[in-house]
Parts: sequence; structure tokens; C-alpha cells
Amino acid sequence: MEAFEYARPTSKEEAVKLLAGTWGETEVLAGGTDLLSLMKDYASNPKRLVSLSGIAALKGISSQPDGDLRIGATATLQELIASPIVAKQYPALVEAAHGVRSPQIQSLGTVGGDLLQRPRCWYYRGGHGLLAQHDGKSLVPDGENQYHAILGNSGPAYFVNPSSFAPILIALGAKVRVHGPSGAREVELSKFFRTPSSESEREYDLKPNEILTEILVPAPGGAKMAVYEVREKEALDWPLAAAAVVLNTSGKTVKSARVVMGHVAPIPWPSPEAEAALAGKTISESVADEAGKAAVAKATPLSKNAYKVQLARVATKRAILAAAGGA
Amino acid sequence: MSRKKDKLARPPGRGSVSRRDFLRGAGVAVSGGLIAGETTKARAAAGATTPILGPGKVPITLRINGKPQTLELEPRVTLLDALRNHLDLTGAKNVCDRGTCGACTVILDGDPVYACNVLAIEAQGRNIQTIESLTVGGKLHPVSAAFVEHDAQQCGFCTPGFVMAVKAFLDHHPNPTMESVEKGLGGNLCRCGTYVGIRKAALQAAKSVKGGLHNA
Repeated sequence: MEAFEYARPTSKEEAVKLLAGTWGETEVLAGGTDLLSLMKDYASNPKRLVSLSGIAALKGISSQPDGDLRIGATATLQELIASPIVAKQYPALVEAAHGVRSPQIQSLGTVGGDLLQRPRCWYYRGGHGLLAQHDGKSLVPDGENQYHAILGNSGPAYFVNPSSFAPILIALGAKVRVHGPSGAREVELSKFFRTPSSESEREYDLKPNEILTEILVPAPGGAKMAVYEVREKEALDWPLAAAAVVLNTSGKTVKSARVVMGHVAPIPWPSPEAEAALAGKTISESVADEAGKAAVAKATPLSKNAYKVQLARVATKRAILAAAGGA
Repeated sequence: MSRKKDKLARPPGRGSVSRRDFLRGAGVAVSGGLIAGETTKARAAAGATTPILGPGKVPITLRINGKPQTLELEPRVTLLDALRNHLDLTGAKNVCDRGTCGACTVILDGDPVYACNVLAIEAQGRNIQTIESLTVGGKLHPVSAAFVEHDAQQCGFCTPGFVMAVKAFLDHHPNPTMESVEKGLGGNLCRCGTYVGIRKAALQAAKSVKGGLHNA
């Protein structure tokens, strides 16, 4: 990797002052599990790293007086797994953390870092830029696109959002709090991710000199929830398709549902179609299957990833069944 | 600011000099005039009071296997490169260098981590345990002994990382099952495919540790 300056502030205000106003000049270091690899591949070459490890205000997981769960941006996956509050109220968050199969990543990786990790697209990691363009044209549609998007892929971005937590956090109605030069702001996580239209944009709603400080998750109020990932191997890897489901039920009947797929589009992909297929129904194998079918009805696979349509359908179906069967 | 590529990340092939000696020399050569033997002074950014360190060498103190060690390193040096290239602790292996294979696993404040994923400068103030600490007075740690007994290695390159991953796992899960061992070692790869022996070794080591053979 390139040489860089390093600073370890102890407050979010200081961290923001140390960040440049232009993407690429500076980067924020949390767990480092993604950033250092990007830097070793020269896909990211910041002149300064601003470490968050010295900022106590960004750590920890706790219940708020209003019933929300507050997850500090630098709380690790291991802390999330070990949290009694999370285990009791948000079992699907624990399940999502277990999906990251490596204890070594769970020790270091942070929840904020999971949300802000950059795409796994091998063109991006190989130095072709976030949009993988060569002479103004994306390499993906005619290239090795077996792991790329099947939804929201009309261009210019074809990568998939790699986050393990974003789908379930969006399904739970989470917000993120961001700190910048003019103070704090909150964003609904469902509106936080976006498909970039040029190389100068990022895939999330942060300015170069803003940091994500915490994630706020509403009390689940008895909702049933689950995540399901389809993966090539059981050891550390990113899923091929994933789904998160939150069901609000009255007796056995679904009053309302949230269904969000992961690893299928440049952003976590909510499916109002699947949600509509569940509303008012009693969950059964066939109802779940219909919802899975609805979730991928609008998929537009690329030349080598049509298989992912079936995987996303099955992930959605199984997440629905797991949620209905779970506590 | 030095913008030269870190050649340490891409080691050359075998030669008549030892690879580490060669790397030490190469490291100085590519560092250039700016930072050869020179420690850069800390300074602050406009409006901020936090000191800014690097990009040249800065003093870094690491607590490794219970002993503090002070080095002069650039902020970009990973814990893995600090251990291997600057402290001659070569038990942790550099294989993928991208936080995937587990060959560089060390234990940081009781938890397993990929040493390639941690900057040395970020590991300051934390307890770093490497595989070198497991053998005391020539006596193998129960985990290492179980690996020998179950033939849990073939080429052996992944073994130190696996041993540390097993140790950290057993520290947190003293009563493992085969299923929990499989999951708990999900962060390490063995391309020879010795997983069956490794899992058996982990289960046996759990019994040995409980039987009082623990020495670290």
C-alpha cells in the first residue's frame, strides 16, 4: 500500500476536522478488515487515515430510554453477538453477524464498517473503478458478471451491496446518525444507500468529511424476524443472495411485512411485491414461495448470473419461513 | 510525502540471502531519502489538535507475548509485517495478506484477529499473543501437541494460524462440539485439506486443557 499519515482523534468533532472535503484524499479507519485490503490492492490510496479507535462515544451497544437500540458505529460484530439485549430482541441481527463466518473478522469488524464496506466487485478491486468502466463503457455486462446485480442493474453500476446487516436493519426500520462539520444529522437507512452515477460518487449518503456515528433500531414490538443467506461455502465468504424478513403478526395472520434482499443489487433491495404477497396471509410453504417468486419477478439477470434469480427467490422464501417459525 | 509503493508487500523469490535479510535491505532501499532512519515529527491539521503521524517512521510500542517492544515503523506497516520483518517472529504466516486465509492469526486482547488486517500503530496498548509464546521450556502447548497427534497438518503453512485460532476458540468455548469447532474455525483455510485432523485435534485439545495440561 501507499504511505499515509495517521491520526487517532478522541472525539468525533476532531475526526471530522481531520477529514478532507474530497473523496479519496482521506479515509476513515474502523476495523480495517476492508479498508486495508483495498489499500493493499491500490484500489484506495488515501494520503491520511483517521482512526476511530480512540473515540469512546462511537463504541458500545445499549438500549435507549425511548426503547430504541443504539449500536455504536465501531461496536464489533463480536460485541453484537455477545449482547444480551440484541440476542433477546433482535435474533436476526445475531444471525446476520454469524453469517460473517470468520471469528477473526467478527473480532475486528465493526457494524458501521459492515454498512460502509465497499463492493466486492472484482473489477473495482482490480483497479477499474467503482463503475468498472473502460473507455466510458462498463466491463461488466459482457464480462465476468456471475456475482453481479440481478436487480437495479440498468447501469452504470452493476456491483452488489455487500453488507450483512443492511437488509435486516432496513427491514427493522433503522436510522443512522452521521456527524459532519455542521453537526449531526439522521438518515433512514432505507434512504442511505444509493446507486452511484459517476466515479466521483459513493454508494452511500455520506460526505467525504462526515462519519457514521451510530445506528438506531426501533424496538421490535414482538415482530418476528429472520435472515437467510445462500453462499458457495460455509467458511468466510460473501453470500450469493440473501434476504431479511420482519413480520408483524396478529395471531397467525401477517398484518404487515418487510422484505429486503441483499447481494442482488447495487443497494439493499426492498421488495414491496413480496411484502404485498404476505400481507393478510397465514404463512405457509406455498405463501412463502409465492412471495419469493414476487420478489424476483422484475429481475433482469446479466449474461452469467441468471442462477442468482433462483437463489434470491429461495433466500426470500426461506427467510419468510424462518421468521414465521421463529420466536 | 513518500508515495512509493511498499515493496515489502510483494516479496521477491528465494535467493542466497535469507528472505528476511533481503527484505530488510530492500525496505531501506525503497524507503528513499525521506525516511531512511529518520523519525518524522508529529504535527496537527488546521483547526484540529490531534497529532498527525507519518507518513515516515514513528515510534511504536507493541506489547507482544507480555513484553513491550519499541520499534520505528511507518503507519502503513501491518502488525503482521511488524512481527515478521521487524521482530523476527515469523510464526504468523503471510499468505493472502487480505484477511481471508487465517495463516496470520494472532490473539489480540484474547480474541483471534488476522494480523494482516491490523496496523501495527493501531495495536499499541493491546496484548498481542503470537504462536511463539505457546511453547514453554520446549514443551508443546496442548493445542500444538494435539495437532501432532492427529496429523493435523500436511504442508504445514496454515498450521500456526490454525493453532492460534483453535487456542482462541477453546479459550472462549471450553466445551466444544464437532459442529461448533467447524463454525469456530471458519476463518482459516487449509489448501491441503487437513480439516478432519484439525477438528479432531481441537476436540482433543479441549480435553487436555481441562485435564490440566495447559501451559499458556
